[in-house]
Order: sequence, then structure tokens, then C-alpha cells
Amino acid sequence: MSQDTKRKKILEVKNLKQYFNVGTKNEVKAIDDISFDIYEGETLGLVGESGCGKTTTGRAIIRLYDPTDGEIYFDGTEVHSLNGRKEQLDFRKDMQMIFQDPYASLNPRMKVRDIIAEGIKIHKLANSEEEIDARVEELLELVGLNKDHSSRYPHEFSGGQRQRIGIARALAVDPKMIVADEPISALDVSIQAQVVNLLMELQEKQNLTFLFIAHDLSMVKYISNRIGVMYFGKLVELAPADDVYNKPLHPYTESLLSAIPLPDPDYERSRTRFAYTPRPSNSEEEKLREIAPEHFVYCRESDVPKLQEKLAKY
Amino acid sequence: MENILEVKDLHISFDTYAGQVRAIRGVNFDLKPGETLAIVGESGSGKSVTSRSIMRLLASNANVDNGEILFKGEDLVKKSEKEMQKIRGSEIAMIFQDPMTSLNPTQKIGKQIAEPIIKHQAVSKEEAYKKAEELLRLVGIPNPEKRMKQYPHQFSGGQRQRIVIAIALGCNPDILIADEPTTALDVTIQAQILELMKELQHKIKTSIIFITHDLGVVANVADRVAVMYAGKFVEVGTVDEIFYNPQHPYTWGLLSSMPTLETSGYLYAIPGTPPDLLNPPKGDAFAPRSEYALKVDTMYEPPLFKVSDTHFAATWLLHPDAPKVTPPAEIVARQSGFRTKQLQIQPSDDLSQMSGQDLEGPQDKNNLSVDELTTDRDGKGEANEPRY
Repeated sequence: MSQDTKRKKILEVKNLKQYFNVGTKNEVKAIDDISFDIYEGETLGLVGESGCGKTTTGRAIIRLYDPTDGEIYFDGTEVHSLNGRKEQLDFRKDMQMIFQDPYASLNPRMKVRDIIAEGIKIHKLANSEEEIDARVEELLELVGLNKDHSSRYPHEFSGGQRQRIGIARALAVDPKMIVADEPISALDVSIQAQVVNLLMELQEKQNLTFLFIAHDLSMVKYISNRIGVMYFGKLVELAPADDVYNKPLHPYTESLLSAIPLPDPDYERSRTRFAYTPRPSNSEEEKLREIAPEHFVYCRESDVPKLQEKLAKY
Repeated sequence: MENILEVKDLHISFDTYAGQVRAIRGVNFDLKPGETLAIVGESGSGKSVTSRSIMRLLASNANVDNGEILFKGEDLVKKSEKEMQKIRGSEIAMIFQDPMTSLNPTQKIGKQIAEPIIKHQAVSKEEAYKKAEELLRLVGIPNPEKRMKQYPHQFSGGQRQRIVIAIALGCNPDILIADEPTTALDVTIQAQILELMKELQHKIKTSIIFITHDLGVVANVADRVAVMYAGKFVEVGTVDEIFYNPQHPYTWGLLSSMPTLETSGYLYAIPGTPPDLLNPPKGDAFAPRSEYALKVDTMYEPPLFKVSDTHFAATWLLHPDAPKVTPPAEIVARQSGFRTKQLQIQPSDDLSQMSGQDLEGPQDKNNLSVDELTTDRDGKGEANEPRY
């Protein structure tokens, strides 16, 4: 773990729990005790099936929910303890979100210029209207639109272009980190690649940190440095992207990987899918344990030697 | 084998306030009994319109301007609504994309599965319900006798899609049209549904038209693949031909823009957006987005050139006089694995049948000047610039 001393943690999630309907019959443990870190300038991918808690995690991090328990440190400060308006504003400036649905996440009654300028105005990042205009133009260009678009309304754009507007809006306040919740799921294949390339290019230019939430595993693999796999509110495996794909250790990760169809008929003919059935719990405590450097698996203490053996075989 | 379905030179347009949108611009294909044809393309390319036209489920502002849809030799375009009602749900059935909205929330699912059986087959209500129960068991829903009496909201998304499949299979249809049946589902559920569909197809020998934009799913289910762009089939072939020996630049683009698990570095993205079909572009509709566009592409629509007996692609690059181009690295890697006999590229003998769309083109296509076939540099420069 020598790298850790060099890399700076921008976000630390510690024992985060998010329950809904607490105390009632239908209590839902949407996130059940997860911990992970995100380093500055990296992309952490979060994958899992619908209902596994990946979106809830993203929303809890950006403080759209108040967690039941646990802490989230962003740049060293606990996100949910920020009380004053000033601190909250600063936090919102540093962390932005890109939403899944480019149709629902833009106000249809606002012009593109006003959508993008809203954050600039709130955070007083420009001194005059001219400065705002210049900044909006610059942002539009950055995301591959042109300045004539600023006077139009969202409905005049295609899905891919709207997602670009959403990205420009997030970038307008110079954030350090962006939570991207399924930013490409609603887009066509050919447009997905455009948006993903744009995100990666921006990351390089502005040293952005991404939490990339998605269920399209091949795209996540492509864009992420590390990947976390979630299953029913728990993080079951966390490792560098290549390791998750090539050396999966948790049976759920294997099951998930075996279910992805790839654009290769020969591979498809030979692909066999494994189903995942969680094993019954016993008295041994299960938690995220480090099997190899950087490779964490949710397991019991007694599993560790077996998993290490499995890893060595790959 | 006799074709169960033949679509010939289909043209469909929609009347809108803005003008006539030419959604389908000359589609030809056939379907053999028991085979799965996948239609892939972006949204707006016309894949859903094609499938809905077979079911005659198009909106009221749609016009079938030209063409025939021959089902068992009879033209569906000419059928009356009453005749269509006999075919829909019994001989041709459809599975829709969204299992949340394609079931009636106020009816017990037993009734919904039994309904088409009662309507189309001379059976008593009891028998129909018994058949419905069997179908539920067939699609893998446990406790069918109990679950027959439940409402859609009591089922998960994957189960609902299984129920929709059960309804579609109720009358042993000859053709099953599946319009993005797994797009709304998770990968693990998607895998289960695809396995179920293949298993059932094997059992009841139905033909499937599978519409999707997910090339992974296509590689999994399809026998043959048709790639659709701007209301036309631009490439048709067996699944191996399309994935391992693609010929059309659009197919190249689609295949390269999906990351495989090995992809690293810059991901190939097709520049620009699909054309507006209010004013379909002259020539090859994909040319403005293609870096392989030739000058001729902006003038004449390419016919379907024959690559093999089962493989056709509509691109001037296959013309004998066209310059040799090197496809993207990703595609070259795919092609290298394809055990291909000496490729014989020649225009289809039966152009009129395979590509009704090139009626406005020049008569003697084989005598195009070399000048027309040189790469259009200006066009290329434009292609790299995203168009808005």
C-alpha cells in the first residue's frame, strides 16, 4: 500500500448506513454498513443490480439523504455535519452531480444559458453578466456544443446534447468531484461513446474525481480505475478495475460477470452463466477484508486463505 | 425452406405538423421458420416502426407508402382491421419493451394470459385457464396456481416480463416480435429472460424478430442480423458475418464504440447524430458521419452489394472500383479471426429484389468514374465536426 501515501483521499465513506421507513414493518436497509475511499483524480465505478443501493450511496454522499449512521468525509470534513449556509454552499460547489435522465434533469422553462449560469450566480463566480456569458460560452465549447446553443431551451436538443448540457452545468462551478449516476444509460450506443470520451477528457484536463454509478459493466470497466460491486446494500468486492474483471473473488461478482453478453458470437456460444445464491449466515462476522493489496472482498475470516488461494490461481 | 415472412420494399412515412417524416425508406427482408433475426440500430432508425408495421400497430398518422408484408403468402398491408385482429396475438405475437406498462394493472394475471387463448382458440374458459397455468409454469414462475390470482404489481420486473412472454406464447405464434424485451431489466435478469426465450423457441419452433440496440444481446440470440440506419437496412448477414466480417462503416462504428473488456485508451465514437428523416439526405445517409465517405456517397444511394450468399451491405466501398480502405483497428482484429473463403464482392444479381431503394440512382452503377469513387476529403473534414 505504498501508493496510498502518495495518493490523497478526497472522499472517505465510513460505515455508512441508510435505512428507510425506520421502525416500521417495511424497514429497508438500502445501504447496510459500507466503507470505501475515493482518491483524488480517480474514477471509482459502482455497479450492481437495481435495488442494490448504488444510487442511494451516490445520493447520500452528495447529501441528498441524511444517513442513518456512518460518516462521509469530503476533503477531511464530515459532509453531514455542515450546518451553516456558507459551508453547505462551499460543499455544493466542490461536489456536483450528473443525473441519469437528461430529459428530466433540465428545467424545460429555462434557457441553456440560465441553466448553466445558475450555479455561477449562486456561488458568485463571475462579476458581471458579460463574464457569465463568456464563461457559459467557454463551458459549452468544452462539452462540444457551440455558443449559439445558449439561447435555446432543453427540448430543442437530442438526448446526447442534453447530457452535455448537464455536464456543462456540473462543471460550471469548478467542482473537485462529480457523482455521475448512470449518465449514459439513457443514451444510444453511438452517443454513449461520445459522452464517455468527453468525461474522460475532462477528467484529464481538470483533474476531476468521479464516482461513476452504472449497471453497464463493460462501460464501467472502461472508464473506472477501481470498481466496487454492490449487492443488497453491501459492498461485496472492491478492487482495481482489471482485477474485478479478470480475478473476481466474490461469487456474486462472478455471477454478475457471467451474465454480461459481449458482442462476440463465439464467446456467447460458450458462455455459461452461474447463478448466485447467498450462503446462510453463521456466527462468524462478515465484513470487507483485504485479500491482496487493494483487493477487498466481503467475507468471513475463515474465507481469507481460500480466497487468497483462488487469487493465486488466476 | 419456405419463408414465413417476406417484407418487400417497405416505405412508411408519418404526417407531422413539420412535414412528412420518412421513417422507413425501402426495407427488404425475409424470415425463415424457427430462426431469430435481430434488428439493431439507434433510436429513430426505424426498427420499432418496422416491427409495428408487421403487427399493423402504427399510429394513425402513419402511411404505408409502398411495399408488401407477405405473411404465409398473404399481404398484411391489405388486410382489414378485423382480419388483423385474428392474426394479432395468435399467429404473430409481440413482446414490448416495458414490462411495467404492458400489463393491465387492474386485472389478475391469470385472466390476462387466458384472454388471447379464449379469443383465438375454440376452448372453454376452464381449459384456457388451465393452459394459462401451464404457461406460467413453462416460463418459470413458481406456484402458478396461486400466482394466477395475483395482480401485476405483486410481481418483480423480470417476472412481469416472463408473464408478457407467457401471454405472447399462449397461441403458439408463428412469429414472435420482441421489441427491446430486456432493455429495462438488469443483466442477470436479462440473461434469464434470453435463456428462457431461446429454450421456448426450441420447444415451440417459433421465428423471432428481436429488436435491440445492445450488440451483446444480438451476439447471444441472433441467427441473422440486420443493421438499420435512417430507415434502411444497411447491412444484413449471419451473426458471424456481421460480428467477424462487417463491411459497412456504420457497423464498424457500432462495433468499435462498444468497449470490450480489453478496450483501453480512447474509445471510438461515431461523430455527429443520426440524420433528420424529415429531409433525408441525398445519397448515403451515413456519409456525413463517416470518415470513409466517398464522393459518390453524397450523390447516389449505394445498393446492397453481395458479400456472400447470406451477407449484403449497402456501401460504395464494396464497389469493385472503390479505393481499398482499412477499417478501424478493432474491426481488422475481428476480421482476422473470420475464416473467410476468398471474398467475392459483386453487386447483388437481384438488385431489384434486395434493394428497392436505389431507384433514383444511375442505371449503370458498375461504370462509375474513378473520380466519383475517390475519398471525399471535404466530406471527411465535415464528418469530424459534430453536426448539430
